Amino acid sequence: MADQQREFFYRRLHSLLGVVPIGLFLTQHLFVNHFAVYGEESFNKAAGFMAELPFVILLEIFVIYLPILYHAVLGVYIAFTAKNNTSRFSYFRNWMFRLQRITGIITLIFIVWHVWETRVQVGLGNAEVEYSLMENILTNPFMFWFYLVGIISAVFHFANGLWSFLVSWGITQSPKSQKVATYAVVLVFLVVSYLGVRTLIQFAYGV
Amino acid sequence: MAEQKTVTFIITRQDGPDSAPYEETFEVPYRTNMNVISGLMEIRKNPVNAKGEKTTPVQWDMNCLEEVCGACSMVINGTPRQSCAALVDELETPIRLAPMATFPVVRDLIVDRERMFDALKQVKAWIPIDGTHDLGPGPRMPEKKRQWAYELSKCMTCGVCLEACPNVNDKSDFIGPAAISQARLFNSHPTGDMNKSERLEGLMEDGGVSGCGNSQNCVQVCPKGIPLTTSIAAMNRATNIQAFKNFFGSDNAH
Ligand code: HEM
Ligand code: SF4
Ligand code: FES
Repeated sequence: MADQQREFFYRRLHSLLGVVPIGLFLTQHLFVNHFAVYGEESFNKAAGFMAELPFVILLEIFVIYLPILYHAVLGVYIAFTAKNNTSRFSYFRNWMFRLQRITGIITLIFIVWHVWETRVQVGLGNAEVEYSLMENILTNPFMFWFYLVGIISAVFHFANGLWSFLVSWGITQSPKSQKVATYAVVLVFLVVSYLGVRTLIQFAYGV
Repeated sequence: MAEQKTVTFIITRQDGPDSAPYEETFEVPYRTNMNVISGLMEIRKNPVNAKGEKTTPVQWDMNCLEEVCGACSMVINGTPRQSCAALVDELETPIRLAPMATFPVVRDLIVDRERMFDALKQVKAWIPIDGTHDLGPGPRMPEKKRQWAYELSKCMTCGVCLEACPNVNDKSDFIGPAAISQARLFNSHPTGDMNKSERLEGLMEDGGVSGCGNSQNCVQVCPKGIPLTTSIAAMNRATNIQAFKNFFGSDNAH
């Protein structure tokens, strides 16, 4: 790789990691958590299965922590090099461009807090991965809203990111295919958001 | 005779590259069908501002006067566009003129678009055919391809797409949409295709195609209706394939 082509490589890696593995992990995470809706038992079984996967710490490091760390650090840099101009050019895609950056920052704040409150506490032996951990957090109305905003931001960022991933990799080239992709990622946004929000309501209100 | 109708121009001026910008207002006699440039010409004829003070004539750039050279681009009522194609009757008054903020100001409304020409050099937006002997006619081009390539060839390096792009700014070295589309134009040409990888390598250099963040403002503002976002996606695909060929090796990596 030529020296002046580093940026190209870093940006493509950033784009790829956003979908594989981070986006897949996000979807999987919200899907598994949704077992909470079928009862405490069900959630504990599903979360327990994930926690007891072989080599779980290696899986976490290479599939979750390192990719997110890389994507987040470069993402913050990218977000702050843009000079947003939606007031002068209020086109739909320009708003999506801006929201992609805003939701990236919100997601970062949310992830740091969420990991600290759950995985780190479990690691320190202060908590256990079970239904009551999330129930205790989410019955606090402030935390419920914090999680709601965090999850919707993350899912928006993933869904809209999927759209720009398709452009970055040159898959959707024609305006028509880009339009169809817009509808497809709206669907992704609605379905994955539903999984996340439905689970939050279960933990917070037991319904 | 009724009193002479006037048009108000509020112009952001700057005496030189390093001096501070300031605003000056002018009342210009109205004529039917006048465009922004004819307004500026009136000011040049009689450089007196709205307060009645004598001032220096406002400087601007122009050449073709028919929206094909791109030299006269400026920000008119907040929108970057060609002043020769901006009819006063179609504009809200007062008419505000300012230089495009993406480029260094030379004087008043004249900006230096050199970065666009540097970008064209980075992506080698030309076809090298000079040599010591006649190479004969080149390969023919499919008519269908010629039709879309012709649209790309309308770019006049006016800079409007760079002005609208949130990723073209002093914090980033992104070359902007115009040069990316030009690399596609020359790669689509059958003779240009022979040096295709050199242009793609240029696009993969720092500030190249990966600087695009898909705000897609460029395609909305381009006065020539160039499908810039299609070009960007096409060049994303082509550079990715080139990167794979370079890394894994390929007989077709030329
Ligand atoms: C839940 C975690 C995250 C997921 C699933 C995710 C996913 C994605 C995806 C798929 C893309 C599209 C890549 C492309 O345009 O080709 C993307 C872009 C982006 N992400 Fe993330 N991301 C996450 C977290 C973050 C965080 C924490 C930040 C930090 C601020 C961030 C900042 C960005 C930025 C700025 C872009 C735009 C890049 C560009 O337009 O070139 N992301 N993300
Ligand atoms: S692509 Fe369009 S807006 Fe950009 S420089 Fe060329 S003509 Fe101007
Ligand atoms: S003078 Fe050439 S485009 Fe206006």
